[in-house]
Amino acid sequence: MSSRLHTIVALVENRPGVLNKIASKWRQRGFNIESLTVGHSEVPGLSRMTFTVDGAAHDIEQVTKQLYKVIEVVKISDVTDQEVVARELALIKISSTKDNRSAIIEIVDLFRAKIVDVAADALSIEATGTEDKIDAIVRLLTPYGLKELVRTGRIAMVRGAKTTVSAPSVNGAEARHRSAGEGKPQVGSLI
Amino acid sequence: MTKMKGAEIILECLRREGTEVIFGYPGGANLPMYDALHKYPDIRHILVRHEQCAAHAADAYARITGKAGVVWATSGPGATNLVTGIANAWMDSVPLVCITGAVVSWLIGRDGFQEADITGITIPIVKHNTLVLDVEDIAPAIAEAFHIATTGRPGPVLVDIPRDVQQQLAEFQYPEKVELAGYQPTTVGHPQQVKKAAQLIAESERPLILAGHGVVIARAAEELQELAERAQIPVITTLLGLGGFPGSHELFMGMPGMHGMYWNNMAIQEADLLIGIGMRFDDRVTGALKDFAPKAKIIHIDIDPAEISKNVKTHVPIVGDVKKVLQQLIPQVQPLRHDAWRRWIDDMRRDHPSIVIPDTERLLPQYVIKKIYDLSGPKAYYVTGVGQHQMWAAQFFWGDNPYSFVTSGGLGTMGFEVPAAIGAQVARPHDTVWSFCGDGGFQMTMQELALCTEYELPVKFAIINNHYLGMVRQWQDLFYAGNKQSVRMFQPDFVKLAESMGVTGLRVSDKAMVQSSIEAALQHPGAVLIDFQVEDVEDCYPMMPPGVGLSETVDQPKFERQPEREAVR
Repeated sequence: MSSRLHTIVALVENRPGVLNKIASKWRQRGFNIESLTVGHSEVPGLSRMTFTVDGAAHDIEQVTKQLYKVIEVVKISDVTDQEVVARELALIKISSTKDNRSAIIEIVDLFRAKIVDVAADALSIEATGTEDKIDAIVRLLTPYGLKELVRTGRIAMVRGAKTTVSAPSVNGAEARHRSAGEGKPQVGSLI
Repeated sequence: MTKMKGAEIILECLRREGTEVIFGYPGGANLPMYDALHKYPDIRHILVRHEQCAAHAADAYARITGKAGVVWATSGPGATNLVTGIANAWMDSVPLVCITGAVVSWLIGRDGFQEADITGITIPIVKHNTLVLDVEDIAPAIAEAFHIATTGRPGPVLVDIPRDVQQQLAEFQYPEKVELAGYQPTTVGHPQQVKKAAQLIAESERPLILAGHGVVIARAAEELQELAERAQIPVITTLLGLGGFPGSHELFMGMPGMHGMYWNNMAIQEADLLIGIGMRFDDRVTGALKDFAPKAKIIHIDIDPAEISKNVKTHVPIVGDVKKVLQQLIPQVQPLRHDAWRRWIDDMRRDHPSIVIPDTERLLPQYVIKKIYDLSGPKAYYVTGVGQHQMWAAQFFWGDNPYSFVTSGGLGTMGFEVPAAIGAQVARPHDTVWSFCGDGGFQMTMQELALCTEYELPVKFAIINNHYLGMVRQWQDLFYAGNKQSVRMFQPDFVKLAESMGVTGLRVSDKAMVQSSIEAALQHPGAVLIDFQVEDVEDCYPMMPPGVGLSETVDQPKFERQPEREAVR
């Protein structure tokens, strides 16, 4: 079974200890989380988490089902094979003198990034995009002297009107076993 | 409405949940709970001697009654002592509600005296846990704990409550209903899947039922029997499934797996359909997965979606409560016969009888266990420790009393036998409870013997004493060149030890004395301990060696025994 990067989105209750419980499930099964992003969702009290994890589809499905057993996890879904918009944000601090400043600005403009802070000997740049795009701008800027790099990791949203993972109504038990029967269980439909 | 203390709210919650017994141990951080206890005389408290045993006793109590076992412990060491007991309940899906006192809330995170981050520590071994920091949250937290522990796939829940929160005042309001967005277990099987399962059953010629703990937990023994009889399907029960199907039934086949019946392991390899009901295809059942049941399609009924295709690829998964799914399935199954298949199995059973006790004057452990079963009547309960005696106890358990076999399956916790037997006797005060003890496991929790006297619990303890950590010794002999390292230990005089705790002690080393000693124990109104001095070196067979498939099970000792070497202490 081939291993690849999966994007998993979870809707979780915003309560102390939840992150620890979820991280513990990944660790227990021997996965290394490549990136993890957490923030408030459209529902008060619920946060949305985006993970990227490297692994084979079957293994990821098993962990996802384990994660769903965390009571505070309201919904979880592997969106890897769905049409998604995926982005990350990076802050990049580059050594810069007045001699090379314009060359750096040219690269920043090419990537539709922004200069967010200027000092006599440094520039701070804000870039958003896919991981590939961030990798590319970092690669081009590194020769000038990369002083610091902060990346948020991927956030993802399914394209179209559908919600990536939405909170079921509290009495939505039917929704949970809706397609439990259809052949091999699929994450997000079985659970 | 008058306000009451947090500690009283805890007890009010327990009363609402129908709690009759708490297994616990007091300490600085749960003193307010103990202070409030006298106001609730209808709730009995059993004071254990070590918190691990509170969890084990509550565990056995829960398995037998089907209600959540309630455990109290203090912060820090009290809470960490629970860990093994909680892990045991987690692995075997047993509902526990553990309420721990925590250090006062302003000391949390400051390494206060007797502080341990028990919610952090227990994350991987609980179904849910929570730290309550507001007295108003106590009632909802405990209501949720009971709801989560006892519904869906049951499991342990821990609620950690700082001492100051136990002392704060609030109005008591118990939630009528618990609703959790992230927790709605599927109980009814998907109708289409049930239909597909019925179809597979109709088409199969060599079907087998593998029934697990889920049948016991769901109290679905009747439904299982109905399905098996209707379609004439032989029933294998896993270690934890024992008691989920009558032992005397002609379709009952005993246990499979590492020390299971030889015929079962062969039948699984030959079957064209396996119906896993409330079981999880554990490695001790399946052996090497690549060789498991090569000819079989698999129907898997389980309430936990995470069990589906976890170990074994499933053709027809049905997520749901075992009892409900069986009720859905039974009317769709046409009466069938599988005479040729049952003849195949009967031939296998005749040629490989698996559990024949050698006729000898020596005192064999299997003989003692079999005798206890034969003499204790149809209503007795049996609790075991872990190791050789546990496997023999499972092999020879062919009783009809449902839910009467209590053992530590998933975690394999030595020392379970003593506190669990006490919990079983608390649950069934008027029935016989036998504790099959290993001489090693017994020494891990033997301090709890005192409870038998203190609470008048007439448990019958049978130490299957081979002066070895027998299963480890067996592996050392078979797979480590006979290097018997650290498997013999100094033993106390178990008879005197029992007497010192107010328990009648007997020692039996002669085969001729076995029957009379068991009868004497059964007739004695109080607790009895019998130290059966059995054969030192007796291996447990059949055995599937580790790392291979079921087909390689050996029913008779045929491993080349290594030359005897002195045991090293």
